[in-house]
Amino acid sequence: MAQAKNTAEALRPEDFVILRERSAPSDLLVREPVGYWKDAWRRLRRNKVAMTSLVVLGLFLIMIIIGPYLRGYDYITAAPQYKNADMSAQFWLGADALGRDLFSRLWVGTRVSFVIAIVCTAVQVVVGCLYGSVMAYFGGIVDEIMMRILEVITAIPSLLITILIMIALGNSAFSLLVALCIASWCPTARVVRGQIMQLRESEYVMAAEAMGERPMRIILRHLLPNIMGILILDVATSIPGYIFQEAGLSFIGLGLQTPAISLGLLISNGQAVMNSHVNQLIFPAAVLCIMVLAFNLLGDGLRNALDPKFRK
Amino acid sequence: MSEHNTPLIQVKHLKKYFPAGRKEVVKAIDDISFDIYERETVGLVGESGCGKTTTGRINLVLYDKTDGQVLYRGQDVHQMSRAERYRFKKNAQIVFQDPYSSLDPRMTVADIIGEGIDVHHLAANKRERLEKIYSYLRAVGLNESHASRFVHEFSGGQRQRIGIARALAVEPEFIMLDEPISALDVSIQAQVVNLLIRLQREKGLTYLFVAHDLAMVKHISDRIVVMYLGTVVETAASDALYGKPMHPYTQSLIAAVPIPDPEKERRRSEETIQGEATIAGATQGCRFRTRCKYATEACAREMPSLREVEPGHFVACHNLDQVGR
Repeated sequence: MAQAKNTAEALRPEDFVILRERSAPSDLLVREPVGYWKDAWRRLRRNKVAMTSLVVLGLFLIMIIIGPYLRGYDYITAAPQYKNADMSAQFWLGADALGRDLFSRLWVGTRVSFVIAIVCTAVQVVVGCLYGSVMAYFGGIVDEIMMRILEVITAIPSLLITILIMIALGNSAFSLLVALCIASWCPTARVVRGQIMQLRESEYVMAAEAMGERPMRIILRHLLPNIMGILILDVATSIPGYIFQEAGLSFIGLGLQTPAISLGLLISNGQAVMNSHVNQLIFPAAVLCIMVLAFNLLGDGLRNALDPKFRK
Repeated sequence: MSEHNTPLIQVKHLKKYFPAGRKEVVKAIDDISFDIYERETVGLVGESGCGKTTTGRINLVLYDKTDGQVLYRGQDVHQMSRAERYRFKKNAQIVFQDPYSSLDPRMTVADIIGEGIDVHHLAANKRERLEKIYSYLRAVGLNESHASRFVHEFSGGQRQRIGIARALAVEPEFIMLDEPISALDVSIQAQVVNLLIRLQREKGLTYLFVAHDLAMVKHISDRIVVMYLGTVVETAASDALYGKPMHPYTQSLIAAVPIPDPEKERRRSEETIQGEATIAGATQGCRFRTRCKYATEACAREMPSLREVEPGHFVACHNLDQVGR
């Protein structure tokens, strides 16, 4: 009671003055209008994990290009005097069973794995888009037939196809490419077909037509951006898959074979001398893991960035 | 508003058949004709599936026609050269029924509205483009802060306003309003309709207002065209059609308009028609006869044509004498 009385006394009429209106014009709160890609990039940039992955992948890319030449060693010809050399100032990551610099070989191997993954992904996306949009565009009987073909291909286990092709064509980089690509475009084609079919009927496409927008521009401004998120995600998640597949196949001896260099082969060779020279196993394995992880995390970040619904 | 002399758009014997299975066709639009004069609003009403939207979209060359003509200032819109069509598309715009699917989810509001400005090069530079976008946003009751947002951040009514702003952005003289309010709440409907009326007055627009809500159509339209299963059954000035509907279908449509008064609503006579609109069994003769209580043999034999019963009031019915007025 006493307290309440004190409060009442403490408040004087002067305390009830109308404050001046806050001078915060709403114009200042107006954001500059930004486009879809700019907005996506802004959201991606705010994602620390994805940005770290992007930087890591950038570093890998640089090393893939210049790494093998940094030390100036011949990484192909055998040099028995350096057989299984330990890590030293001369050989940063040691040398392999034939005395070749592991640092140089590691980046050559990464380059091969990376190129195989990129080419496979490119084939997958291009063929998938083409096949999928033809299905969606023509529809009817064309769609039916192409869909049945696709179903037959997907019905066969892809590992089986890959192994059969590798056995039939021999262990070359080209046959590995064929083996990895032959069935990989099917899921992409399905996704693209569904997406294009859905978008073709949408009223905003019709609105653009009503506005007199040219078909090419409709594709570029409306159709492609609307499936681009899915395609980019498809790319980002496919690349680590191919890197893994190549490494796995080479490791068990179904992929590339020894004169060639790849991450899978390096790991396989390292595994043979694991007990005495663990460095030969650890470094290729670490590069593989970090690269795949970075791609996956970047893919995650891209998915969030490309979907405006995730916008905060 | 009857001092109009030249029709802006003339629909002449328009037909649109869709193939349905082997040798079968669905006559979605079967020989319809009507005119739209400058600066007027023509209401196009009828139940779902009667061809209202199809008619409107054929007028804008979004669909092909089967037969007949659509003339825009005397020129057949389906025979235009590429350059003429480009100019026509600047002058004739569309607002869609569904404010959710008609706006590109990947574009900001500024880009959605700016698209038309880009297509028709209506702004000299980026600054002017942005100013224009802002002015259209203000015209439809939104503001600058909405420009950088994506459409999923808006409510249905706001989206419809964006759709209207997009149509306005190319400075058209004709807008086809394809049930622009039927996806909105009743309270929002009135706002949007009043916005449309205000814009028409300010910019001298001509509207084709497609709808099935008769109360709203009466509010906005100067003349009304009533369609039934791809045919026009009655055309008249808005007041005449409501005051004195002549076709039995129009009569039952007006009788079905709910009255916002429970007392009157209860006492109202049960004039509603039975059954569903179907083309089956009505390949010949009047299409409404299967549901018409005045139907006679003549109705089954021959399709009634539009006759001018009173000045400006056209009706397609054989038995106008029997139909209670």
